[in-house]
Amino acid sequence: MGTRRYILGKVAQAVLTLAFVMVFNFFLFRVVPGDPAGLLLRGTAAFNPENVEQLRSELGLDRPLPQQFLIYLENTVTLNFGESFFLRGQDVKEVIAGRIWPTLLLVGTSTLASAAIGLVIGIYGGWRHGSRFDVGSQGFTLFVYSMPEFWFGILVLMAFAGGIGPFPALFPAGGYSTPGADLTGPAHVADVLNHLALPWFVLTIAYLGQYALIMRNSLIDVMNDDFVMTARAKGLREKEILWRHVAPNALLPTFTVILLSLGFVFGGAITIEYVFSYPGLGLLEVQAIDSKDFPLLQGLFLLFSAAVILANLTADILYSYLDPRVRAA
Amino acid sequence: MRPPETLPTYEEGPPAGVELEPGPPPEVPRNPRRIAWTRRGISARRVWKTYRKSLLGMVGLVVLIFFALVAIFAPLLADKQGLDATCPCNGTPFSPPSLEFPLGTDNFGRSVLTLTIWGSRISLMVGLFATAISMLIGSFIGILAGYRGGTSESVLMRLTDWFLVIPFLPLAIVLASVLDRSLGVIVFVIGVTSWPATARIVRAQVLSIKTRPYVERSRALGASGWHLNTRHILPNVGPLIFANTILTVAIAILSESTLAFLGLGDPLSISWGTILDFAFSAGAAYAGQWWWIVPPGLAIVFVVLAFTLCGFALDEILNPKLRKR
Repeated sequence: MGTRRYILGKVAQAVLTLAFVMVFNFFLFRVVPGDPAGLLLRGTAAFNPENVEQLRSELGLDRPLPQQFLIYLENTVTLNFGESFFLRGQDVKEVIAGRIWPTLLLVGTSTLASAAIGLVIGIYGGWRHGSRFDVGSQGFTLFVYSMPEFWFGILVLMAFAGGIGPFPALFPAGGYSTPGADLTGPAHVADVLNHLALPWFVLTIAYLGQYALIMRNSLIDVMNDDFVMTARAKGLREKEILWRHVAPNALLPTFTVILLSLGFVFGGAITIEYVFSYPGLGLLEVQAIDSKDFPLLQGLFLLFSAAVILANLTADILYSYLDPRVRAA
Repeated sequence: MRPPETLPTYEEGPPAGVELEPGPPPEVPRNPRRIAWTRRGISARRVWKTYRKSLLGMVGLVVLIFFALVAIFAPLLADKQGLDATCPCNGTPFSPPSLEFPLGTDNFGRSVLTLTIWGSRISLMVGLFATAISMLIGSFIGILAGYRGGTSESVLMRLTDWFLVIPFLPLAIVLASVLDRSLGVIVFVIGVTSWPATARIVRAQVLSIKTRPYVERSRALGASGWHLNTRHILPNVGPLIFANTILTVAIAILSESTLAFLGLGDPLSISWGTILDFAFSAGAAYAGQWWWIVPPGLAIVFVVLAFTLCGFALDEILNPKLRKR
């Protein structure tokens, strides 16, 4: 009974948050100084009062606000975000759908990889905290944390795609696959992976630090618990204590963070996709900024927020199974 | 609990719990406000004594002072005319580092060193002002929620949770592209998107302070909500807000560089992020013009690292949750 109430409560919270994001999204693009119609035409040859008026009625901006909101609600629920401006006439929904796969491939896999590596670093660092390995990995973590990831991306791009001095360029400079080369089968896969390598490497390094840090701190918390003393008193070997008793317990808080960051997969790599001109959702967002493509920006913003809310909800529910104490609370 | 044998009186000396330096006891002023300030002075000195022992904290502080000096004395270090694309003082475009241009030149022949020195002003200023906004909102909401409790608390905390969930960068991008491109907008956008974490920390601390005996006594004596908040709660949450502020500046500077790199910054005021934006757009990465990319990026890394180190060191002293370790 408690479980059901807990889950229902979390679902209700998520729905409420989504509703907030939708209302926020609605007002964001209407309370702007000089409404969307004006913004759209500003700086173009078609900027005159007549055209602005016409566009306003096309976008439904001349109707009363409550009615506009209802139209917006209906459009959002049916995923009808209108047409993109910069890709003339293309449906926003389809434009977005076409870019999801490359982003999932790049950001999804690098998030998982950095989580795995980060956990191992955090476990070793926390278990022997104060050791040379720990100090080194802490320093590395802090440095990576302080680095704008796009800057690191540019440096990597310069070194491996431009070549340093006598060394030749090792990887292609960007894109999803070689344009024009109509490859199929294994050759196509190899080509895609070849293009994936550099941005994947940059993202894995950039995300690694946070997991290592959280895992380390959580492990240090757990290793002072009484059951560790008991395990030692029973005469277990250190390795067994670490991997069978301490690490699984320390994994709980880190697990939440990993799940949450999966929600950021969609919108997480905006600058890196831009640097490597990797045709995913992040690059699409940059293109939408450059062309002031508001329908596209709006759709992407909703998608990014919804992904995070969904990940949050999943984390909450899964966590309640992994650690039944939170259900009682 | 053991009842106190005698009630402490302020005439007898500083209130209980204040450790004085060994030596003759300092003269205690009779005015209660002066007492409070003397006490704060003593505790600030105590914090500084602990802080000084933290090596990383001191390294961070030295780096910060260095960059602050560079920003303040920028006009003495580099001629402002060097920022002008048409200045006759400019060299050949894209030239690598030389004696005349220690960090080379950009696509207009401007000295990258000059750009980086002047960029420190904008980057630091945006970081500080954005943090100020974020701290004001975060502390206000945190204190209000923690102190008022009840419905206002649940409404405010729900709002905070919402802002925590909305992914930061897409939100900032959407806000910045809807509004005009100016420094003020960037400051505003970073400020209004980065406050929720502060609000939560502040609220938790207020909840714990609210129930302390001295606050209860003050309330029993008929103190107003304003008095309780400004005289008892705010001074006690203050140190925590301060430690948090320093960590937030680091995030704000990183955010500014990201927004500027995406072309959302003010094109007329050059920050480190703007330099990177120009460099990348001009194809510096493909042409191997490392001198145009490395200096502003390293400056960001050093400043953010320094703020983070200072913040961690202070947090360790001031955050009651970490102090015990």
